[in-house]
Amino acid sequence: MNILQAANAGIRSDQRYIADMIEPNARVLDVGCGDGKLLYHLVHEKGVDGRGIELSREGVTACFHLGLSVIQGDAEADLAEYPAASFDYVILSQTLQTIHDIKGVVDQLLRIGHRAIVSFPNFGHWQVRWRLLTRGRAPSTDTLPFGWHDTPNIRIFTILDLLDFCRDQGIGIEKMIALGSNGAEISAGGNIGTRIANLRATQGLLLISRD
Amino acid sequence: MTTHNSDSIVKTDPSTEIDWTDDGPGETVLLGTKEKLRLACGAELGPFRVSYQTYGTLNADKSNVILVCHALTGDQFAAETHPITGRPGWWARLIGPGKSLDTDRYFILCTNVLGGCMGTTGPMDIDPKSGKPFGLDFPVITIADMVRAQKMLIDELGIEKLFCVTGGSMGAMQVLEWAALYPERVYAAAHIAGTARHTAQNIGFHEVGRQAIVADPDWCEGEYYKHERRPAAGLAVARMAAHITYMSEAALHRKFGRNLNDREALAYGFDADFSVESYLRHQGSTFVDRFDANSYLYITRAMDYFDIAAEHGDGILANVFKNTPVRFGVISFSSDWLFPTSESRRLVHALNAVSASVGFVEIETDAGHDAFLLEEPEFFRSLEGFLNGAAEQLGLNAPTADQK
Repeated sequence: MNILQAANAGIRSDQRYIADMIEPNARVLDVGCGDGKLLYHLVHEKGVDGRGIELSREGVTACFHLGLSVIQGDAEADLAEYPAASFDYVILSQTLQTIHDIKGVVDQLLRIGHRAIVSFPNFGHWQVRWRLLTRGRAPSTDTLPFGWHDTPNIRIFTILDLLDFCRDQGIGIEKMIALGSNGAEISAGGNIGTRIANLRATQGLLLISRD
Repeated sequence: MTTHNSDSIVKTDPSTEIDWTDDGPGETVLLGTKEKLRLACGAELGPFRVSYQTYGTLNADKSNVILVCHALTGDQFAAETHPITGRPGWWARLIGPGKSLDTDRYFILCTNVLGGCMGTTGPMDIDPKSGKPFGLDFPVITIADMVRAQKMLIDELGIEKLFCVTGGSMGAMQVLEWAALYPERVYAAAHIAGTARHTAQNIGFHEVGRQAIVADPDWCEGEYYKHERRPAAGLAVARMAAHITYMSEAALHRKFGRNLNDREALAYGFDADFSVESYLRHQGSTFVDRFDANSYLYITRAMDYFDIAAEHGDGILANVFKNTPVRFGVISFSSDWLFPTSESRRLVHALNAVSASVGFVEIETDAGHDAFLLEEPEFFRSLEGFLNGAAEQLGLNAPTADQK
C-alpha cells in the first residue's frame, strides 16, 4: 500500500486549492492529470466520480497503478469524444500554456463540464519581468525552469491576459486565486487589485463557466 | 442454481451411447441438458461439454472470480504445464500467488471455448444425432455463443457476478461480449490487445489460413476423422502465416534477421535456408499436435463475424455500452499491427462518449501482438493496478485462511 499512501500524502498547493473548489461526489475530469495524485485525492477524500486524460505513458501507468480511470490521450484530440455536460468540473492543471489551440480547448472544457478549473504559470510575475528587463534573455525562474529552446510552454500569457481572453469569449469568472511563490494564496488578506496580483503571483487559478 | 461438485457433474448422458466422461484432463461439466444453447446462427446445441481449469480459492460469497478468456489457439490450461506440449501455461507469467492475477486473492476460471478441441464440445466431438464426429455438421459459432456457453457454466457453478473478465486478442472479444450481453454479471472488464470488430485485413489473414487447410487433400471435406487422416500440412501453413501476424517486423528482425539456419552459406534450394523459415516450420509442426484443423476453421470464423457495434448497437459502438455499469481497462501494445492501438482507441472513445468508466494505456514494446503473452513488466503492472483499483472500489475480500 506504499504507493497509495504516497499518492495520498502530497498534492501540490495549487492542487489543494483546486480540490477545495470541488464539492463532494461531483463528476470530475482531470485533463493532463499527470501521475494522478490530485485525482486520487479527489476520489478518496471527496468521493468524486473521477476520470482523467494524460499524454505521458509514465503518467498513465502510474494512474493505472492507483486504480484510476485514466486514458492515454491528448487534450487537443480527445476532448471532442466526450458528450456535452458530462462532468460537473473539468480540470486543466498547469497545461493551458502547452496547448496550441487555446480557444478550441477552452471551448471543449466548457462544453464537457458545467465549470472548468484552469491553473497556469503567470508570466507576469515580477521576477520574470525583472529578469527579462535586466538580463535581456528569456527568463528562467523556479516556477518556469525551462530554457527557451526546450520549454513545453508554447503560450506565454499572464493572469491579465487570460482575464481579457475570458471577457472577450463571454466566459464567466466565478473565482480567481493568485498563488505566490510559497504556494499560498496572496489575496487572502482581502481583495487586492488584479494588477498587483498579476505582479506578485507565480501561478493563477480560475474557476470559469458559461452558465 | 446448483452448487458445483466436480464428481457429480460429469456423467454419462443416457440418451446416447456417448461416454461423456472421456474428456481429457481437467474439469469438465455437461451443460445444455435441460435447456439447449441457442446459437446466433439459429441452431441449438445441447447437451454440450465445457472444460475448464481453476486457480486460487473461491471466497465465501463467490465474489472474487476472474474469468480468463483465451485467444484463438489458446485453451483452458492458462497457468499450469500443458498436458500435451509440456510447456508452461500461456499466462503462467500472470497467474499465480503474488502475480498480477493473484491466486492468493482471486479465483481464476479459464474455460476452453465452444468449438475448441481441448475438452469443450467442438467439431471433432461426436454428434449425438449421428454418433459420428460433427465435422462440418458442427454449427457455425460466434464469440457471443462462446460467451453464452461460459455464462451457462458460471450459472452452474453458482457464481452470481464475475469480479472481472479478462483476455487478450480473441479473449478480449469475449470480454467485450460479456460486457455487452451480461453487464449486470460483470464488475470489471480488462480488454487486452483487442478490437471491437475484426477488420478486413484480419479477415483476409484468416481466410488464407482456412484455404491452406481446405486445400490439404487430407482434410477430406472436413471428414478426416473417419478416414483417420489429418490435414497437418494445411494446418501448419495456416499457423505459420498467422504467426507472422503476431510479431512485429522489428521483433522478427531482432530474433532472426537474415541469419542462416545451421549452414554457412545459401544452399540454392528450397530447404529452410533462413532461421526464420526454420522457426516458422517448427511453430507449424508443433501446433498440429495440439490443435484440430476444423476447430481452427470454426474459431477463426467466429472472430471474423465479430463486430460488437453491428451486433448490439445498430452499427454505433457507443450505443453498445450506453449506461453500462462495467469498469473498463483497455491495454494495447505499440507494435501490435494486427489489433493496433487505433482499434483500442476507437473503443475508448466510444466508452468516453457514454461516460463509461474506462482506463486506457498503450504499452511500449516491439513484441507485436504476441506481447500480451510475453514478459512485459509494464503490462503486468498496469493490469495489476487496474484489478487492484477495481477490487478496492468494490471492497473485495480475499479468501480467508480456512477457505483455502
